[in-house]
Amino acid sequence: MSVETHRPVGFEALEEKGWIGSRRFLLLRRASQLLFLALFLTGPLFGLWITKGTLAGSMTFDILPLTDPFVATQSFVAGHWPSATALLGALIVVVAYVLLGGRSYCSWVCPVNPVTDAAHWVHRRLDLPKGWQPKRSTRLWLVGIVLAVSLLTGTIAWEAINPVTIIHRGLVFGLASAWIVAAGVFLFDLFVARRGWCGHICPVGAFYGLIGKVALVRVSAANRDACDNCMDCYAVCPEKQVISPALKGAPGSSPIILAGDCTNCGGFIDVCAQHVFSFTHRFDERIVEPSPQSAPEQSAASKIHKECSQ
Amino acid sequence: MAMPQLSHSRRRFMTDTARMACGCAVAGLGLGYVASDARALPADALRPPGALPETDFLSACIRCGLCARDCPFDTLKLADLGEEGPATGTPYFTARKVPCEMCDDIPCVAACPTGALDPALEDIDDARMGTAVLVDQENCLNFHGLRCDVCYRVCPSIDEAISLKASHDERSGHHAIFAPTVHADHCTGCGLCEKSCVLPEAAIKVLPVRLARGEAADHYRRGWEEKEANGAPLVEGLIDLPDRLPGPGTDNLAAPGGFEPTFKLPGGGQ
Repeated sequence: MSVETHRPVGFEALEEKGWIGSRRFLLLRRASQLLFLALFLTGPLFGLWITKGTLAGSMTFDILPLTDPFVATQSFVAGHWPSATALLGALIVVVAYVLLGGRSYCSWVCPVNPVTDAAHWVHRRLDLPKGWQPKRSTRLWLVGIVLAVSLLTGTIAWEAINPVTIIHRGLVFGLASAWIVAAGVFLFDLFVARRGWCGHICPVGAFYGLIGKVALVRVSAANRDACDNCMDCYAVCPEKQVISPALKGAPGSSPIILAGDCTNCGGFIDVCAQHVFSFTHRFDERIVEPSPQSAPEQSAASKIHKECSQ
Repeated sequence: MAMPQLSHSRRRFMTDTARMACGCAVAGLGLGYVASDARALPADALRPPGALPETDFLSACIRCGLCARDCPFDTLKLADLGEEGPATGTPYFTARKVPCEMCDDIPCVAACPTGALDPALEDIDDARMGTAVLVDQENCLNFHGLRCDVCYRVCPSIDEAISLKASHDERSGHHAIFAPTVHADHCTGCGLCEKSCVLPEAAIKVLPVRLARGEAADHYRRGWEEKEANGAPLVEGLIDLPDRLPGPGTDNLAAPGGFEPTFKLPGGGQ
């Protein structure tokens, strides 16, 4: 094992971009998650009603209805044709995520994300074994199971146990179970399966991932020729399998990360000291041509890194 | 004869498929159990006005909580996970804690985005959240001959949903019992009566309609109603025999002025 694998993840990015620069999207994501929670909480806490309801369905300023499309789909399968408000809400959400990237929901809105990110942080500090790693397709099977159970029982099946809405509802309406369920997900990710809930199980994320297959906003490895194989992106990405096709694709292949699994978290844009990745749209297939100067221009940190690894 | 060797990839495909199928079956059964377990609505949990019948409601309610948010009296609560109660996240209320105040504009129904609370409900008097039942006559003060009357007085549909039915008080011998009597045709199940009952445990309770009400058989006809509707007996030529009633004026020859009991209690009671 080379020295570089023992170097803290993000070390070079920190040297290259500074503390804020190497956490830009992480900080933005936390701000976004807080903002979405705050929209729901200003009403109950301060009497200032912006958004009412929960992530399953909400109403903003008494004019903008939003409905979780997975919940709406289950309701439809269970035998109820939702009325116009809910349908419009689901349509708006689908259109929004077709534009912004399906699983952007997971990393920019969902209240479970900080919980599983925290679990992953502790997991890495304690250097725990990765544990049970079911196939990535498991969550898609679970989408199928949830719809089948909804059909057979005539209920919105996943909402009986969905940690996303239970935690969000608990926070917004002051129900105790939010903390218990959050603790359960945390412990599951920490001891049972690394990145288990969001990465392998959650059918809500999987459903948004299906939307994400056609989504517009994408991460591109446009500057992939500058990659120095530090592997930091693989270390921070919760869905590593999405990286290789774009980063290590054959010359001439698309540098765009097209997999629906990508949550557009921007994690490896932050962590990459070589500025390989950037947000763009799915049709922007430009690749930065390697300039003759680019190789010597590597940062001091990465030079040390290279020397150490030799 | 030796079994043909399965290729490695083929064997792997088959074990993976079998594993996935079994996993799906187990997960599906587990989720199905949890989801159908949630269909058991406890008797003291009432759904908001206009709620579809429970099985339809569970397919329609997305558990967004908008009805609870727009309830001006904080009557509606969302069920918490693990609570011995309605399906997780669905709205309900407990009449004894906070009853439904029957707002004229029915804001909870207006807030519902899915139609789980039926927008066809325009008049709150048509709501059927449950039916009040005077479940305990033995403790009801009015049945003791007292004039509590609280459930009757607070009823938003006074004299329609609850009336007082007077009868002779045999205990005192010269008073009346004013029995609070629910008329289910007019009772919305708002629960104000249950909330207001002065007893430590309410003698009148709102129950889900399925528990509160019986149902007459389809073929059952009440003769006197049919007769009145027809304006005459339905069958021609019936002989109307004299009724044997207690009191004077009957044809009882053995006991003029009244009927003789067919047996007497030992010790000469009665």
